[in-house]
Amino acid sequence: MEIFDYSRVESAAQAIAAGAKSRTAQQGANVRFIAGGTTLFDLMKLNVEHPETVVDINHLPLDKVERTPNGGFQIGALVRNSDLAHHPEIVKHYPVLSQALLSGASAQLRNRATTGGNLLQRTRCVYFRDTHMPCNKREPGSGCSAIEGFNRNLAILGTSEQCIATNPSDMNVALMALDAVVHIQGVKGARTVPIASFFLLPGKTPHIENVLQPGDLVTHVSLPALPEGARSVYLKLRDRASYEFALSSAAVVAHVQGGKFESIGIALGGVGTMPWRAKAAEAMLKGTTVDPAKFRAAAEAVLKEARPQSENGFKIELATRCLTQTLKLATRTAS
Amino acid sequence: MPEDPHKHENHDEVSASALGPSSRRTFLSGVGAAGLVASLAPFSAAATAVRTPEAPPAGGAGFSRSGAMVAIRLRVNGKDHEVQIDPRSSLLDCLRENLHLTGTKKGCDHGQCGACTVHINGRRANSCLSLALTNQGDEITTIEGIGTPEKLHPMQSSFVEHDGYQCGYCTSGQIMSAVALLKEPCGGADADVKEAMSGNICRCGAYANIVDAIQKVRGKA
Repeated sequence: MEIFDYSRVESAAQAIAAGAKSRTAQQGANVRFIAGGTTLFDLMKLNVEHPETVVDINHLPLDKVERTPNGGFQIGALVRNSDLAHHPEIVKHYPVLSQALLSGASAQLRNRATTGGNLLQRTRCVYFRDTHMPCNKREPGSGCSAIEGFNRNLAILGTSEQCIATNPSDMNVALMALDAVVHIQGVKGARTVPIASFFLLPGKTPHIENVLQPGDLVTHVSLPALPEGARSVYLKLRDRASYEFALSSAAVVAHVQGGKFESIGIALGGVGTMPWRAKAAEAMLKGTTVDPAKFRAAAEAVLKEARPQSENGFKIELATRCLTQTLKLATRTAS
Repeated sequence: MPEDPHKHENHDEVSASALGPSSRRTFLSGVGAAGLVASLAPFSAAATAVRTPEAPPAGGAGFSRSGAMVAIRLRVNGKDHEVQIDPRSSLLDCLRENLHLTGTKKGCDHGQCGACTVHINGRRANSCLSLALTNQGDEITTIEGIGTPEKLHPMQSSFVEHDGYQCGYCTSGQIMSAVALLKEPCGGADADVKEAMSGNICRCGAYANIVDAIQKVRGKA
């Protein structure tokens, strides 16, 4: 690990001023904010991340879950995953988020990992984590080792010739289905970005993963109020029963009224280069009568775009079944 | 002519015999230590200038990138410790190397095995993934802080009673996790305990006995 400057900041303004000195807020950033450190410190040990300056933001007042005037909730970037997962209001109103968080990592990691850190969680692609191997995400232009290599766990949606790395976060999948909004403070002031616009496809620039610019500090993630009676569920399929990244997962947020999908939000995990919004399935189901016989076709519509690699073709069927089953779970007792 | 790959080894053998009655094992361990010193030399030289944390321009505590050791204060098992550490140290390395609290084990060093589990402010965490600098002001508890050989924590007694280990390397992490679990929302079934303990790997496979030990303390067995 390379040596770095360390400073602890007490205000968002201090953090932004420190972060603004970075060349980039993406891979290769020379200034990094540290909170739980469960991703960043790990990658620093591997020399995948080598910031010259580490800014400790643990003491910023961003550790609350609060109700917003419009009936939704605002989650501070420093709220720990375990606190968010067990928060009574989150469990009650957004079970999909609680379930997604609890399906990720271990109790120890969830106690440290934060909302902001999980949002920015880096891929687990083994080539990204191994500095001896080419990786366009870690070192632009060096090539993708995964396309001809070990790609069983990697993405089938949103891939490019340059990168097939999966976004590993469970939380992000739930946030995508919930239409969460990311609140950012930066050198030019505060702004909000809908989560659907926050992540970027790898394309020719897989080292750029989101819209953050130098100095940008994610302060909160907000959740819109859900209609009374809305149901939500997260289902995760993986190699082990616990403490494993998803091969495929699905988040469904459905509001059924009079036997019809009044609204529906669907996202997939484990299969996309970013948390994957399943727009095709949403479009097929919204406004229609709830009929489990139609669910598989809706799931197939999403996976139609899939581009499998040498080892992960099984994910097409797995993700199709995962989403079909999650839709059933989300509508099981709804009428 | 390519260099003889055994040249240095042969040379070492000669040196070893020249040093008199020294076993190969003691000699090799000596060489290992010397090699270590050599590789650390540039850092050690810089480390002679011990620095205390200084205020960064923006305020708060910090230090600058000089390769110097840094003084931090850690509260471990109810006592304050002032230690000079490499600023890159994990909490785990700081506990083991600086405070000599070696009950906390290093397994994978990447948050995947749980052997390094300690409590930070009463909650379990992987000490290998915590930058020690960020733990200033935290209340840290290690396996040494929950019981003594004379007065074991009930979870320690239960692990002994139920044979919740074989080689013992993962045990302190298992016990720290299990003690924390007692205060967490966790269902009563064995399956709930297995899920809650999934962040602690046991290569010997003592899982069944570990679950029994925990359930006994929880009053579920």
